[in-house]
Amino acid sequence: MGGERGNAGESDRGPAAMTIWPTPTSWLLAGPPAPERRADHLARLGECPPGSAGTIDLIRRSGLRGRGGARFPTGRKWEAVAGRSRRGAVLIVNGAEGEPASAKDRTLLELRPHLVIDGAMLAAEAVGASRIVFYINRTFQDALTAITEALRERGATGARRPAVQVLDAPPRYVAGEETAAVGFIERGVARPAAVPPRPFEKGVDGRPTLVQNVETLAMAALIARFGADWFRSTGTAHSPGQMLVTIGGAVASPGVHEVPHGQSLADVIRSAGGDPDRMPAALLGGYFGRWIPGDWAARLWMDDDALTEHGLGLGCGVVWALPEDACGVAETALLLRFLALESARQCGPCVHGLPAMADRTEGLASGRGSPDDHALLARWAGQLRGGRGACKHPDGAAGLLLSALDVFRADFQRHRAGRPCGPYHRPAGLPLAHPAGGWR
Amino acid sequence: MEVRTYRVSVDPIRCDGHGYCAELLPERILLDDWGYPIVSGQEIQEGLLPHARRAVNACPRMALRLVKGRSGS
Repeated sequence: MGGERGNAGESDRGPAAMTIWPTPTSWLLAGPPAPERRADHLARLGECPPGSAGTIDLIRRSGLRGRGGARFPTGRKWEAVAGRSRRGAVLIVNGAEGEPASAKDRTLLELRPHLVIDGAMLAAEAVGASRIVFYINRTFQDALTAITEALRERGATGARRPAVQVLDAPPRYVAGEETAAVGFIERGVARPAAVPPRPFEKGVDGRPTLVQNVETLAMAALIARFGADWFRSTGTAHSPGQMLVTIGGAVASPGVHEVPHGQSLADVIRSAGGDPDRMPAALLGGYFGRWIPGDWAARLWMDDDALTEHGLGLGCGVVWALPEDACGVAETALLLRFLALESARQCGPCVHGLPAMADRTEGLASGRGSPDDHALLARWAGQLRGGRGACKHPDGAAGLLLSALDVFRADFQRHRAGRPCGPYHRPAGLPLAHPAGGWR
Repeated sequence: MEVRTYRVSVDPIRCDGHGYCAELLPERILLDDWGYPIVSGQEIQEGLLPHARRAVNACPRMALRLVKGRSGS
């Protein structure tokens, strides 16, 4: 795993994250390793069936779950918008991907723009959307080009088709949160809003708004062609089908992989050339996710229900293996500082609590511990959970810290006793650069 | 039988951590270590309603609201 990390400015994801690893059983990663033009897309997959009265039921039966982080059942989401729609709904195709360790959405937009657009048209027809906004991280220049080109290839939309627009999203962590996306479209500022109402009730211009991740839409476009039974032919009963994961850290093949649900986390890491038996811990879901002990990987399955029982989740598909010589305390300190700096700074608990957690953890990481560190960190994390902000940013940071206090318990104790792993540890390679600019 | 119930809710963006709400309705609102309200979703019974209303009216940012719910939820 090479490539520079650190303050590389706006293009901070690095080449390794963008590498894709298709296999013979890939669905989304099948096809050419380059942006697929319309003719090739049609030759390979055929036309996407149009959305109809039966589309929502099809998506429900497939069991498809959202891939933006929340893993919410997609059919139910479309139903909620369609039920309120009366043909004036708005669809936001969410390609913001503010999660630095994730590259799957950027990959799909760049390589399979027509599949993403198929899914967008399908969703728009199913929920009665008269407007589609492709909301794409503005640092994803190749993805923006690919989508714009693909839309041009499909020709101008006629009077009966939805109005389509491509917007450059600010490259901030919370810019992809659904109310932040609505806020950017309405006011030019990608900061979350307090709910209720949620976008599916009242979003852009007060209209029912479906905010859907690009991977979810691409998968829906395959389900429309091949059916619910096809999608359910792999995976598990509650998490059917396959998903994209961005695997990084101590693995030989970092990048975007496609895996069936139901595999163990250990197998997923092994398939990317990692060694779960020598992995002290792994980060699962995203920077808003959780650390898990390395020896749990063999007993954790990539299944929403199984993970929920342990307070874990698939999130946006980030799987990051902590290297053997890395320090969990130091890496957690880096993550907490990143998350603190990515706060939209609207809500007191987040503005104050995240830097407080980051400060204390950094102190511990460099061996400057105090006797009350553990108690305070656990107390603060407890205070920052439970939906105290306009969005779930503080909940994510708090949950991450609580998982670190648990998984790296011995390391935290050693650091507290003034015996850190070394001088402030060399970072193990989590992408942490902050994009330039604000939320506009 | 369904009974109208109430709870208080804070708008976290409007809230500036003045803390009057916690003083006026300690039965439902505590302050975190930075002075911001942690609001219990527990229902507010009849006897507590006047205090809840005072707390709502006292907020300089109009960040606290009385929200209607249904019992059993």
